[in-house]
Amino acid sequence: MRLNLCSAREIVRMVRQKEASAREVVADVLEAIRRIDPLVKAYLRVDEKGALRQAERLDESLARGEEVGPLAGLPVALKDIFCVEGEETTCASKILRGFYAPYDATVIRLLRGSGAIFVGKTNMDEFAMGSTTENSAFAVTRNPWNLEMIPGGSSGGSAAAVAAREAIVALGSDTGGSIRMPASFCGCVGIKPTYGRVSRFGLVAYASSLDQIGNFGNDVWDCAMVLRAIAGHDSKDSTSADLEVPDYTASLDGEIKGVRMGIPREYFGEGLNKEVRAAIEKAIETLESLGVIVEDVSLPHTEYAIAAYYIIASAEASSNLARYDGVQYGHRTKSPADLEEMYTKTKSEGFGPEVKRRIIMGTYALSSGYYDAYYLKALKVRTLIKRDFEEALKKADCLITPVSPTTAFKIGEKIGDPLTMYLSDIYTISTNLAGLPGISIPCGFDSEGVPISFQLMGRPFGEETILRLGHAYQRVTDFHKKIPPIAE
Amino acid sequence: MKEITVEDVEYAARLAKLELSEEEKRSMTSQLRDVLRYVAKLNELNTDDVEPTAHVLPIKNVWRPDVREESLPQEKVLGIAPKARDGQHRVPRVVE
Repeated sequence: MRLNLCSAREIVRMVRQKEASAREVVADVLEAIRRIDPLVKAYLRVDEKGALRQAERLDESLARGEEVGPLAGLPVALKDIFCVEGEETTCASKILRGFYAPYDATVIRLLRGSGAIFVGKTNMDEFAMGSTTENSAFAVTRNPWNLEMIPGGSSGGSAAAVAAREAIVALGSDTGGSIRMPASFCGCVGIKPTYGRVSRFGLVAYASSLDQIGNFGNDVWDCAMVLRAIAGHDSKDSTSADLEVPDYTASLDGEIKGVRMGIPREYFGEGLNKEVRAAIEKAIETLESLGVIVEDVSLPHTEYAIAAYYIIASAEASSNLARYDGVQYGHRTKSPADLEEMYTKTKSEGFGPEVKRRIIMGTYALSSGYYDAYYLKALKVRTLIKRDFEEALKKADCLITPVSPTTAFKIGEKIGDPLTMYLSDIYTISTNLAGLPGISIPCGFDSEGVPISFQLMGRPFGEETILRLGHAYQRVTDFHKKIPPIAE
Repeated sequence: MKEITVEDVEYAARLAKLELSEEEKRSMTSQLRDVLRYVAKLNELNTDDVEPTAHVLPIKNVWRPDVREESLPQEKVLGIAPKARDGQHRVPRVVE
């Protein structure tokens, strides 16, 4: 049995009971990377030596009978947006090439303490801006189910690595769907927790009121286990919630009979691909057969979410990305004549087209004369969208929706048309605007053999409910057990 | 609302300290025009009596006691700088 094909749950059990060493686990993952990654290109950098060293140290601790953490021996892939001390962190941008983070992000510190092993950094859309991972300055990542297709984005490398069993689990970040959408396109599970559930300290910022860290796994159990390890309050992130973190795996087997699941009718209208619709309707039937009560609900402002999102996200991005000026770290243009030229040339050389587009859009929307018409208007519409969810989630305990209107599409198909690309985020963006948790769960394949998933959205800090429902669904289905042929 | 022009893009680019080629200006203007036309949809909604939401959590300013805490050592911070000397970041001359 190749250990890279095991679940995270099995791996930590085997390592703890010494049925497998951490070194063996890591060796199998590295072997899979060497075999599969030249095709998929999920990783930007793989740290073979470092991963083996971490594994050996862990095995030594176990041999001495020392206490190890709950994720001991678990190989984790990291989206290249997390600061790891002494490691390069590029955000797939030329402007951060050569930036070796001077500290660990809080999630990295927590994972280290839990005994997890870092395998490498995964590809992404530059600064997490994109839906296909094509906006990376360094590589094109391919969908493990069909190498001519995009893996989704922006956390496309993390999703592809987990789906192709080049990692057991992975971390990503989700500002408008950047975890759930690639998880859906690659056929793994991806959770974006409630805003504030996980500390963002050490996560490179894109749009701070929307960004949230989350994780990928091949089943719900694995996602619950890793989420438990990374969630919690952090004095270094004043927006992290000071709330107790539940033991997410402990409640997975709880009762789902009588749970009220809303179907927002606006999410099943025009534009939803027929095969996706059919697969989700089937998933709804399955959940109903398990005792879930289905309710019709309405989120009337859904059609305004993308417009509000692109103004808010671009505005925040234009402010956040102003920091890349070539002074303290990252790229600096060669021999600038003066300070002004240093700023301008550094930014113009360092940022790619989509990042420049969003910075300019955000700067424009915040500029004098347009602030009220664009930015303030978008913030007010955000209130309306948030209220929609508050209403719907009074009636229902959670909501079920598609993740994306289509399945994965061809590389290059939409890259020239930003607006069409933005519109593909219609089903994921609202949860970021409202700050709610969402999870993407595989529920089928289309006629081209690429995965389809459904999304569950929960109440604020209601991760337990959506995890429990997702786990119950996976106990009676096997879509999550399918492995892309190249990973077999 | 008036449509975005090349001059608007140039102005925003200048504020953001970005230099765009003529080709970039042209394509960006037309792409942003499409996006802003789409965004104009928001004007269908009456939001006169709606409060803006800048942030979803009901959090207030978070304070901590005003005591010195451990921070990154200077050599670590300057060690990643493009140019540094004598405990300082170096940039091109600012004042003639």
